[in-house]
Order: sequence, then structure tokens, then C-alpha cells
Amino acid sequence: MTPSTVGLGAAEIAKLVRSKQISAQEVAEEHLALVRLQDPVLNSFLQITDDAAIASAKAVDAKVAKGEDPGELAGVPVALKDNLVTRGFATTCASQILKGWRPPYTATVVEKITRAGGVVLGKTNLDEFAMGSSTENSSFGPTRNPYDLNRVPGGSSGGSAAAVAARFAPLALGSDTGGSIRQPAALCGIVGVKPTYGMVSRYGLIAFASSLDQIGPFARSVKDAALMLQVIAGHDPRDSTSLESGVPDLLSDIDGGVEGLRIGIIEELIDGVAPMVGSAIAEAANSLSAQGAKVEYVSVPAVRYGLSAYYLIAPAEASSNLARYDGVRYGLRVAGQDMNETYISSRTKGFGPEVKRRIMLGTFALSSGYYDAYYGKAQKVRTMIINSFQKAYERFDVLLSPTAPTTAFELGAKAADPLSMYLSDVCTIPTNLAGHPAMSVPYGLGENEMPIGVQILAPALGEVNMLRVARAVEKGSPLIRRKLFWE
Amino acid sequence: MANLAKLALSEEEELMYTGQLAAILDHARDIMALDTADLSPTAHPLELRNVFRRDVETPSLDRDEVMSQAPAAEEGRFMVPRILGEAP
Repeated sequence: MTPSTVGLGAAEIAKLVRSKQISAQEVAEEHLALVRLQDPVLNSFLQITDDAAIASAKAVDAKVAKGEDPGELAGVPVALKDNLVTRGFATTCASQILKGWRPPYTATVVEKITRAGGVVLGKTNLDEFAMGSSTENSSFGPTRNPYDLNRVPGGSSGGSAAAVAARFAPLALGSDTGGSIRQPAALCGIVGVKPTYGMVSRYGLIAFASSLDQIGPFARSVKDAALMLQVIAGHDPRDSTSLESGVPDLLSDIDGGVEGLRIGIIEELIDGVAPMVGSAIAEAANSLSAQGAKVEYVSVPAVRYGLSAYYLIAPAEASSNLARYDGVRYGLRVAGQDMNETYISSRTKGFGPEVKRRIMLGTFALSSGYYDAYYGKAQKVRTMIINSFQKAYERFDVLLSPTAPTTAFELGAKAADPLSMYLSDVCTIPTNLAGHPAMSVPYGLGENEMPIGVQILAPALGEVNMLRVARAVEKGSPLIRRKLFWE
Repeated sequence: MANLAKLALSEEEELMYTGQLAAILDHARDIMALDTADLSPTAHPLELRNVFRRDVETPSLDRDEVMSQAPAAEEGRFMVPRILGEAP
């Protein structure tokens, strides 16, 4: 009997499929069977695209049979956050306003994954329009944490993170505007990468805050995350903000070690975190020292102001981006007497509470009389944060911090107090404001036996060093994992 | 604000949002005190330049497919409620 491929990494599966030891169809069927059986409890998928998955797996097998190379992700099951558009398949952003919409085009990243032989299993749950840190803001019900069903998986890409942690797929895509890949990766005990702004095309990513949004991978190992990033990165003429500089080889140097690298622990982001999270960062730092890195504490004073700047800038951009949901060209229309009434009733019915909160906050920050005091001020503080990072990177190659101040909290714990929810992004937000790359790597268990994430930050286009350090953190991490809910 | 954002709120919601938005803006007061006189604002992490494409024909979205997703359409056009009054 062939052993199950569930639980194998992406690189292993691709190798088995390319060498004809297993068919892509079997891999897809095994993963789909697990999803069908266990996801009703977890709610990580909003849509399972069985038929399309089997069809693309068969296409991979046909290539292998003909002696052609199906690509680096040959037969690897992939889950997609449901804010990435997929032609002909519903894309909802977990919002009622897009329920039933079938996009007329496909996101560049999805095309790249398919071209590399990846097999898309379906679309995953998220906080509505990627606004939230727990996936509780989904209008299709919350996703749960696969290590404790009473706790949140983080957000906004909680469905993708939970699906990868639960072994439903070895890889998934998310989007990160203020931490929406890294924070759920930390809370679910997996790897999540937010690349340099512009490294990955945003064509087909439904916009939240365009100057901050970036697509990135989830995986259960640093190497698998690097593999997926390599596939999706690169210039795209359809995204005018995508970088024209080539993408470096992210994998060949990943085991290069950290000898001689200068690593700074950000003092401001250690302050006030949960005790076991703080000790995990100290242990990770010790392990990096033992592997030959020069580790020191560093002050990056302006990161303290990241949260305030972000919660003016991101809602401001969102209020503008979400003006397109007007009930005219696609999505929900609730007809009124006239055009204005149609706008108002469609948006009032279609958007959930967190989205309305942010649209109003952004409308306020941009409104005449308040623009300079709020939005303008936040933009200047954004410059201050960039300068503060720049100073730190004169002395350090990469920086280290917790990914989130606590481990996964209980469902409902922060739902009534938006500000307390926002505070769970305090460590991840500064990176987005700067446009830098950062990633989360699991590092043992903390409070309530839930996973802890170590965040590794790098200057723009510093992915190669970032991944090397991440690999070293992974090698030194405690090899403990709780049982999944279905184990 | 709700009106500017084309949203309708119940009295209950108005009360809830007013309190929550006040708390968020109150938290943002920490940056109001910062001296930023010498800093220029950052709107975007990259130095943006105008990007032009070559002036050649490329395929665009399929019109029928796009229109099939509209809440109301007729003859390849989006239908909306009357926006102008009757002619006098």
C-alpha cells in the first residue's frame, strides 16, 4: 500500500510526483478527502474546487507521463485566500457584497502556481476584505485554530494558515497588509512570509490598502515557503507597482548558516509581550548566537508609533478602495428609489461591522479639515518609521522580534473591543509601513500550550538573508507540536 | 461620516461606532504630539514613476463575461435607476 502523502512537505511531494513514485491525482484525492472529512469543524475553506483540482492534477500526471517537466510545484496541493480572484470560481472576500460573484479574470500569482504544476484545492476563509486579526469578521463564520478549536487561528488569512497547519495542504497563499500572513502563521505554528512590497504582483488581489498589501506564502517549513515565494515572485506588467529588479535565488543559499551575520532584537517590540513569548525570542536569539551570529539588542524607537499611523493610513486607503462596491457593476445591489439610495442600501446590507468601522475611520481621516491632522500626520510618521529602520539596518543585517504579543486567544475574547484586536498587530505593522520583508517562524509552545512565532525582519529586498536566518531559527527550535484536532 | 461613506446606521449602531471610533482616534493621539515638521510624508514605500505600456493591442476582459456579473444589464450596458429628472 502506498503511504499517505498527507503531512508531506511541498518539495517532497513535487519530487515524488516528478519521479513517478506517486500520481498528482492521488495526492489531490488524499488531501481533498481529509478536507471533506475534517474541515466542517475547522471552517478553513469557503469553497472546495474538487473537479478543477482533479483536472489540474491529471494535467500534471499527463505531463509526467510524456516526459515533460510539470514544474517545481508538480502536484502540490495549494489553498488560496479568497481575496485572490479566480476566473469562473466564486471569490467573496468573505463579504456578502461579493457573494456569488464570478471574476472574469485570474490573479497573476494563481496563474504562476498553476503553471508551476501546483494544484489549487479551493478558497480559504478570511476576515471580511482582510480586515481583522482573528478571522472572526468573516460573514461566513469564523475559522478555528486546528490545535484548539476554542481559539482563533489569527487573521486575516486565518483560513489559509489553519488549512496548512491542519495538513489540508502543504502550501497556501495569503495577503499581508498589517500582519495578515505573519500573525496567523504564528498563532497556527507554521511559517508565513510577507515579501518586500512590489516583489509579488498584486494583480488580482482584491485591494484593501494598496500601498501596504502584499501577497505571500504559508508553509510548514522555511524551505517550502521559499520555494513558493520563488514561484510567485517577479515583475508583472499588469501591476504597475511590481518591481522590475530580478528575483534572487532564494533557495540555493538557504542553508548557508548565520556565521558573522549581525542580528538585532528590537527592544520596543519585546516590551509587554506575554512572558513565554518573550522567553522564546531570547532562546531563539541564543540559538542564533550559538550558530555564529552576532546578536544584540537594538532600539528602533519609531516602531512604537506604527499602530497609530497604520490605523489612519490603512482605513484611509480602504475607504477609497471600497468605494467601488456601489451595486452597479458587480456584487450585491439592493435597489432604492434613486442612485444614491441604491448606493447606500447596497453598501449598508453588503458590508459587515468591521469593514464599516474602517470605511468610516478612513473617511474621517481624509475629510476636509481633518486631513492634515490625521492622514497627513500619519504619512509623516510613516517616514519616521522608515528612517528609524534605516538607522537600525546600518548596524544589523536582520532584526528579530515576536510576531504577535500573545499566543492564540479564545474566540470572542476581543470581538467587542476593536482596539484590543488591533493591538495584536503591533509587532507586524511597522514592516508594512516601510515596505520591507518579514516572516514568522514557529518556535515551540507558549501560554495555553499554543504555538509561538519568531519574526525575522529585513531591509527591502533582503529576502536571502531573512530566509537564511529563518532556516537557522527553525533548526534551533524546540521540536514540540501539539496534536491537531483530528489526530 | 456614515453619510459621506454612503452607509446608513441605526441609532444603536451610531452610538456603538461613535464610541469605538473615539477610542481608536484617542489611541492615535500619541503621534499627534510628535515633531514631524522636518519630515516629508510617505504615500507609498516605492519611488513611483509613471509606468507606460507599449501602444499595442492586447486582449481585454471578455465583455459578455463581465456583463454577466452585473446586478442589472441590457445590451452590453449596466442598468441603474434613473439619475436625471423628467424633462420639464
